[in-house]
Amino acid sequence: MSSILVGVKRVIDYSVRVRVKADGSGVVTDGVKMSINPFDEIALEEALRIKERGLANEVIAVGIGPADAQQQLRSALAMGADRAVLVQVDGAAVAPLTAARAFLSLVQKHQPLLVIMGKQAIDDDNGQTGQMLAALWDRPQATFASKLELDGARARVTREVDTGLESMEIDLPAVITTDLRLNEPRYIKLPDIMKAKKKPLDITTLAELGVASETQSLRAVKFAAPAVRSRGIMVKTVAELLGALKQRGVL
Amino acid sequence: MIQVLIVGEHASGRLNQSTAKCVSCALTLGECAIDIVVLGAQCAAVAAEAAALQGVRRVLTLERPENAEPLAAIYAPQIAALAKGYTHVLGPSTTYGKDLMPRIAALLGVGQISDVMAAESAYRFLRPVYAGNALVTVEAAGGVIVVATVRTASFQPAAGGGQAAIEPAAVAVNLPGHTRFLSRTQAAAGRPDLQTAARVVSGGRAVASAENFKLLYGLADALGAAVGASRAAVDAGYVPNELQVGQTGKIIAPELYVALGISGAIQHLTGIKDARTIVAVNKDSEAPIFEVADIGLVGDLFQVVPELERLLRAERV
Repeated sequence: MSSILVGVKRVIDYSVRVRVKADGSGVVTDGVKMSINPFDEIALEEALRIKERGLANEVIAVGIGPADAQQQLRSALAMGADRAVLVQVDGAAVAPLTAARAFLSLVQKHQPLLVIMGKQAIDDDNGQTGQMLAALWDRPQATFASKLELDGARARVTREVDTGLESMEIDLPAVITTDLRLNEPRYIKLPDIMKAKKKPLDITTLAELGVASETQSLRAVKFAAPAVRSRGIMVKTVAELLGALKQRGVL
Repeated sequence: MIQVLIVGEHASGRLNQSTAKCVSCALTLGECAIDIVVLGAQCAAVAAEAAALQGVRRVLTLERPENAEPLAAIYAPQIAALAKGYTHVLGPSTTYGKDLMPRIAALLGVGQISDVMAAESAYRFLRPVYAGNALVTVEAAGGVIVVATVRTASFQPAAGGGQAAIEPAAVAVNLPGHTRFLSRTQAAAGRPDLQTAARVVSGGRAVASAENFKLLYGLADALGAAVGASRAAVDAGYVPNELQVGQTGKIIAPELYVALGISGAIQHLTGIKDARTIVAVNKDSEAPIFEVADIGLVGDLFQVVPELERLLRAERV
């Protein structure tokens, strides 16, 4: 029996219309609703189901980010994680390679059966951390998972790829990244929020984990709003639609 | 001198067009030498296709039985070994590249720039974040290998007619046995590929059933179009996952995109914002899709679609 580490990233809620700051230094986060990255919520749900089937004995939620990320870890504990670890990083965004190195350090400490995290975070949309961890750990990766079946020391994973579905078998331990249709995360019940307050949430730092921050190679220079498509014309009938398409030279 | 290694993508013995788009991206880096590596059990045919792309210097092949399927854990160490000596390693931002490239970057000990939309120079790139609601300019330090994935919707495929040399490459790396390919669903034949189609007909939740999607296939056939869908339609099981268009599905840039019963969530619009013409049909005149549509029609798709198909077939356009 062993543990499952789950990545839980604090991101701007998916429903927020993100705006770029006037000075181009980033996006507006003041007063904006923050949530668990939706793909990470799916990762946590999968870990909880594995534990509920008796195939793991502990689910550890791992956050890497500012002190405020404790809120999302408390939500993860309320969903059912047994404990949480925040690798507190103040200021700049954490590069995926740095996050992968932090996970590797925690992996060496906890020797988990699985590390599960979202296939991407909906803020930076990088989609790198899971694969980078698998590389540094020298273990299998199964990205974009839509089905996960554990069988002793192996797992069978169905992945959502451009051509459809792909199925692979991997030895454990391994890294799984989740796609949308792996499961539907549970809702948090009020009593669980109270219980979550008593669960352990440890705070550590990159330095304590012996991780060097990957800051030298890539730097975000400026943010800008994308060009917006302008509203076109409205037509009233299918014949008019066809006429408009011909006029634009599309047909 | 900029030296670019492009990680080629292929399936069923054909080079994926995403590779030609990576070549186009590489050509915007400034004066550079471009090599493509293709991995497989046998890859003579795809190597020949890659060698015909204009602007390519060499095509390197890594042929061994273990390379029969594109497993990141198997491919990454070989490509990382080959990458030494290059200034840039580019791969497509398809599920193949998204799976593989970060593993290569980590083995090389460098970060990755995901979804490059444009290169301002060999070390300055534009990429989307927040589902395309912001664009960030990323600068890479010189003296470190730049690993990046290329947003295929942002580049046209490189032209053919080139004659690059094809050379077998050899790398001495031990490959892990911990990852095994089992199976893959076969893509539906006889219909244009969603990723590269010039025309796409796409349906949302309002299509309401898998059965009703046949209406869309009829219209798609009349237009010579591929079929796509919103996340809601895929989640509801009306169509398979590979048809999903949007932030977490396929990002496409067709000449014509016809959105039927799709409300237009931000995450969906991310996938179509590079389309040349967007047509929206929706019963709800307030649907956000109309904000970005070039031609909008407020109406019931179950009436509009058959009528449109009938008119198109009558005109044979």
